[in-house]
Amino acid sequence: MSKARENWIAVLGGTGLIAAIYGFVALDNQVAQTILLLLFWFNMWFHNVQIARMKPLSRREQRVQSLIVPTIFGLTVLMLWEASVGILNVPPVILPTPSVIGAKIASSLDVLWVDFVATFVTGALTGFIIGCGAAIAVAILIDRSPFLQRGLLPVGNFVAALPIVGIAPIMVMWFGFGWESKAAVVVIMVFFPVLVNMVAGLAATDRMQRDLMETYAASYWQTLVKLRLPAAMPFLFNGLKIASTLALIGAIVAEFFGSPIYGMGFRISTEVGQLGLDMVWAVIAVAALAGSLFYGAIALIERRVTFWHPSQRK
Amino acid sequence: MSRSLPVLVVLGLICVIWYAGTVWLNAQWVYDQAERAGTPVTFTEMVPQTMAQERPLLPPPHQVAGELWDGIAGQPVTSKRSLVYHAFKTLQATLLGFGMGIALGVGLAVAIVYSRTMEKSVMPWAIISQTIPIVALAPMIIVLSDKAGIDGKMIPKGIISCYLSFFPVLVGMVKGLRSPDAMQLDLLSTYSASGFQNFLKLRLPSSMPYFFASLKVAIAEALMGAIVGELPSGATEGLGARMLVGSQFGRPLDMWAALFAAAILAGMLIVLVSWLERGLRRRMGVVG
Repeated sequence: MSKARENWIAVLGGTGLIAAIYGFVALDNQVAQTILLLLFWFNMWFHNVQIARMKPLSRREQRVQSLIVPTIFGLTVLMLWEASVGILNVPPVILPTPSVIGAKIASSLDVLWVDFVATFVTGALTGFIIGCGAAIAVAILIDRSPFLQRGLLPVGNFVAALPIVGIAPIMVMWFGFGWESKAAVVVIMVFFPVLVNMVAGLAATDRMQRDLMETYAASYWQTLVKLRLPAAMPFLFNGLKIASTLALIGAIVAEFFGSPIYGMGFRISTEVGQLGLDMVWAVIAVAALAGSLFYGAIALIERRVTFWHPSQRK
Repeated sequence: MSRSLPVLVVLGLICVIWYAGTVWLNAQWVYDQAERAGTPVTFTEMVPQTMAQERPLLPPPHQVAGELWDGIAGQPVTSKRSLVYHAFKTLQATLLGFGMGIALGVGLAVAIVYSRTMEKSVMPWAIISQTIPIVALAPMIIVLSDKAGIDGKMIPKGIISCYLSFFPVLVGMVKGLRSPDAMQLDLLSTYSASGFQNFLKLRLPSSMPYFFASLKVAIAEALMGAIVGELPSGATEGLGARMLVGSQFGRPLDMWAALFAAAILAGMLIVLVSWLERGLRRRMGVVG
């Protein structure tokens, strides 16, 4: 990244941004504002292209680049959202602006926290841990019987493709409105993807490696712990990542069918009914943040655990 | 035979566990009834009674199958009680969303493959979009499209399906469009092929295996999206609505029948995609 070019981009981008914001506030003409908004968009886009085209030299620059470009993109979208709602006079009942949503989040942190704990921690996370744990245990168990494996794998593959969310009303009927029913839905939803991946992972070692363990006179458990479980990890994490998004979906859907008077699904369905759309968007923002962090956490653990795998090499 | 036998054994095992669960879960109700009536029942009398309840906690497989058969074949297809009718409503939204998802996924993939800026700025957000639980957005999309003057529940359901199904297509197509190696690209250069010819004759054909692999995931996700989209909308048509109504009015048999109808629909859609794949592979001259 050449220094001179870098400076130019910073200066130009900053000036363009300030000019756009200033003009936007000062002008009171819809057409002029729209034109300014488009200019702002092109300005951001142009600089993003410039930054994306740079050939980063060091690994650190590379990381900064791959962080800046999507951030600029996201911020641009947010600002376009904010500004176009203002220009087009969209009533807040239909689409609140990001700033209104932000204010709502700040003013109702306590409610959002209670909802978050109810849905994410006690519902999704408990179910995720139980479901994934059970799936891993079952995978290790059936791994010893090729017959069961050949029978269970096609069935598991098929069930993993089914819309299992449909089980939610049945679980609510069995376990009541509390967190148990949410956790139960999540357990069933995450079980099959993790099972299928874990079984595939346990089969991932090749003949040569297992023969080597044999020549070491390793027992079944030693082979399992030292060779096959580590070799299964990339597959397992694949399944866990799929399961992490399914877990939140399961917990929220289960709340549509019956819940105590808190929880993210409950909040969304009641606030939509009252047209409190700023609150709905606030909950969505929390859900998005929770989902992304959950996924990110699993990806981070994956990097630690499977550092040896080709896909993790830099 | 050696391949289907284990599957059959596993399915049989599931049935056995299911029947045992039916007896175990529904026994309480039978005992309560007997106690109220003052006529104690023995175990052998209790078992058949667990199999034929009006509102069982867990209906046995044959009861579900009976309800399913009644819903599919026992009603005229235009009747609101027919599962075929509801499945068709869900299928419409699924296919609409699936189509939009394919268009969006392929379009974005092409843009990403040809533009570094698009890759850098869109790809991370595409990944983040999938960690957002769509069900949180679903009621929102329905209210918004209602306000925007779109009538009918089909378009919002389709949008939710599209949101879920575009991602596998995007990932698969990016991988597929990049799958030709340097040698093949060089060959096309020696033919002095234009960029468009390059795309049409090399990149697109070689992406097809990836495309169909992701279609199978995408169609399952699209169906799930359509069903989820029916839940908060107060829809009265569709398999999801059927489950919701069954849950609200305490008719567990309806819920089970709708659940299995959804499963059958999913299976049919996946088979359909596999067919398409096989047909296309044959036309492209790939054997097997």
